[in-house]
Amino acid sequence: MTATTDVLPTDHPVELAHGHGDGGINTALLGMLLFIASEIMFFAGLFAAYFSVRAKYGSHWPALPEGVEFAINPLVIIATLILVSSSGVIQWGLWRIRKGDRRGLNRAFALTMLMGLTFLAFQATDYVLLADEGISLNGSIFGSLFFTMTGFHGAHVLGGVIGIGIILSRGMTGQFSARNHVAVEAVSAYWHFVDVVWIFLFLTLYILR
Amino acid sequence: MATTALSPRAGAYPRSRVYEWLTTTDHKKIGIMYITSAYIFFLIGGLMALAIRTELAAPGTQFLNPDIFNQAFTMHGTTMVFFFVMPMLAGFANYIVPLQIGAADMAFPRINALSFWIIPVSALLLFSSFGLGGAAAGGWTSYTPLSEAKYAGIGQDFWLAGLLLNGVSSILGAINILATIFKLRAPGLTMLRLPIFVWTVLVTSVLLIFAVPVLASGLVMLFIDRNYGGAFFDPAAGGDTVLWQHVFWFFGHPEVYILILPAFGIISEVLPVFSRKPLFGYKAFVLATVSIGVLGFGVWAHHMFTTGAVFLPFFSITTFLISVPTGVKMFNWIATMWRGKLRFTTAMLFAVGFLASFLIGGLDGAFSASTPIDFALQDTYWIVSHLHYVLFGGSAFGIMAATYYWFPKMTGRFLDERLGKVQFVIMFVGAHLTFFPMHLLGISGMPRRIQDYAPNVGWQDLNLLATIGSYLIGFGTLVLLWNMFVALRGPRTAGDDPWDANTLEWATTSPPPSYNFDRLPEIRSERPLFDLKHGGAGHAPALPSGEGSQR
Repeated sequence: MTATTDVLPTDHPVELAHGHGDGGINTALLGMLLFIASEIMFFAGLFAAYFSVRAKYGSHWPALPEGVEFAINPLVIIATLILVSSSGVIQWGLWRIRKGDRRGLNRAFALTMLMGLTFLAFQATDYVLLADEGISLNGSIFGSLFFTMTGFHGAHVLGGVIGIGIILSRGMTGQFSARNHVAVEAVSAYWHFVDVVWIFLFLTLYILR
Repeated sequence: MATTALSPRAGAYPRSRVYEWLTTTDHKKIGIMYITSAYIFFLIGGLMALAIRTELAAPGTQFLNPDIFNQAFTMHGTTMVFFFVMPMLAGFANYIVPLQIGAADMAFPRINALSFWIIPVSALLLFSSFGLGGAAAGGWTSYTPLSEAKYAGIGQDFWLAGLLLNGVSSILGAINILATIFKLRAPGLTMLRLPIFVWTVLVTSVLLIFAVPVLASGLVMLFIDRNYGGAFFDPAAGGDTVLWQHVFWFFGHPEVYILILPAFGIISEVLPVFSRKPLFGYKAFVLATVSIGVLGFGVWAHHMFTTGAVFLPFFSITTFLISVPTGVKMFNWIATMWRGKLRFTTAMLFAVGFLASFLIGGLDGAFSASTPIDFALQDTYWIVSHLHYVLFGGSAFGIMAATYYWFPKMTGRFLDERLGKVQFVIMFVGAHLTFFPMHLLGISGMPRRIQDYAPNVGWQDLNLLATIGSYLIGFGTLVLLWNMFVALRGPRTAGDDPWDANTLEWATTSPPPSYNFDRLPEIRSERPLFDLKHGGAGHAPALPSGEGSQR
């Protein structure tokens, strides 16, 4: 059959580019949420490795070389408080732009960025202190797990900070409004994800050890 | 009435076709690039397979020394899984899914281009290791400690980096497909009216998003072990060797469904069209696809029965369970053909060949689910036979069916049916001649991944048969390439809907314009084009062609 198909006209408008219409979640935000789902599975792999190794050790955990102790540095608690509260700040910024408040958005994102950078600085300091105590990526299974998990988390914080920086620079040129701010939604969703991963890391590595 | 007003054709301005293809964000061009590059990797992986079979044709070392042999089977597996089947199915999904759901393009066209262009880059990274101290040689599963720094050279690092990059491409592609399916469906196209191919691609994409990142975490841990003194998989430093197997197979088992589900979808498009019947049990098929996706995450340790580190009854039962939805599909397909008006085109022949070959491979799987049998057959050629029956007899036959079925849509030209049938016969005979003797070799104890075997154990004749079969497959591939070459030089005679098909991709021109559709038919079932041509259920529209309703 080589005749060209005769396509019937429809009675309702066909929005080719927008498909099913504008109902439901924004496409870009959906993309970000799916990306976050894949990121969760990446960290799930690391967490699974942690618990699978740890199960072998029972009470002899953390497994470290002779004479090396692992303790919580107070810096980490402060860093945790900063990161957790930054989630509130970024959410406040999101609420502001939903109401059309551009200055509120910029202020909140600037503050979130600062808090993220502070977290990274504290984490770097903690790494140096741990190295002094003899805990490092090589040499012990605890060290390998600890630095891989927190290191990848730190890289994600850095990624979030860069994202926030992009939003901030766009926000300062007034590109967002109450109706048009999907990038803000996406970046804040990502930041919440980074924050939640840290809560699980903190509980696992510091509290439940 | 609001139909899209077409702007006049843009004037010709100086931009070369090469530039056009390198910078395109059109899902159809990207799909064709995916498919073309996957066929190139099929040739590369196939040549490695032929090298392996040549060495194994007779006892003794004739052709490949053990080092090169190990690299050859490692890279053969890696290439076929990550650079042939996955990009090939991603390519068909890219081309077909937006058309089948009546969309103009993918949800994120530029990310789509990125996903594709990562593939050649990651392949370059992977294959460059051949010239830089030897490729990875620990098998496509790269079990530790064989893949640790102590035993494996720099090729292993290239393997890790190449697969990590390849995984990024898969994840981005899967996100894009899901966003496209969820957000860009044409009006009226509800989830339970999606063509089955779209459903299988949807479930595959979910599997990719949940499985590939876990592999990525394993790759990263192994990389740290090898290069920065990590202790993840090193028992001497407190780590756990079996952990690699857990992480790898937590990805690896969903991966086998990633490799086969879109092929299921292809078969489910081809069989109804060439049987002139709707797919039997559409909802059961969708449910079976979803349950395969869910159960696929609960069976990974059946690859690890002999480690002694897994709970055998659980993983044995879940493995038996997952064969149920697959069995449901076999009955769906057979019942679709039952008393249909069968047309044995090449696509249909490959689909039927798929049913026969995949059934054998699937039954092999049910045998392996039984732990005592698995203990006896673990790491023998029986496993090689099983996995090639499902991957070659399954995925590759599905890909061949898709190639013959959609080639007219992509190019406006038919592949020659007579050459196609010659190719089918050669490949079908070749595949069974290659892989069936491996069952017997495995049962008589021949281990997989060996470069040589003793002349006095009776494995010689069967190995020779397998080698002859593999050369037949190679010859069949040449027939396909010749067929494509000739077809692409011929005139465009295919027309819009050459197979009298059911789904929306046939409701536009062949090849479709860059914006895909001028107008869409009303969608009231999973076969909107059939409804349009033959009058759907309920209020049938008057047809200009006057063909009338057949049913």
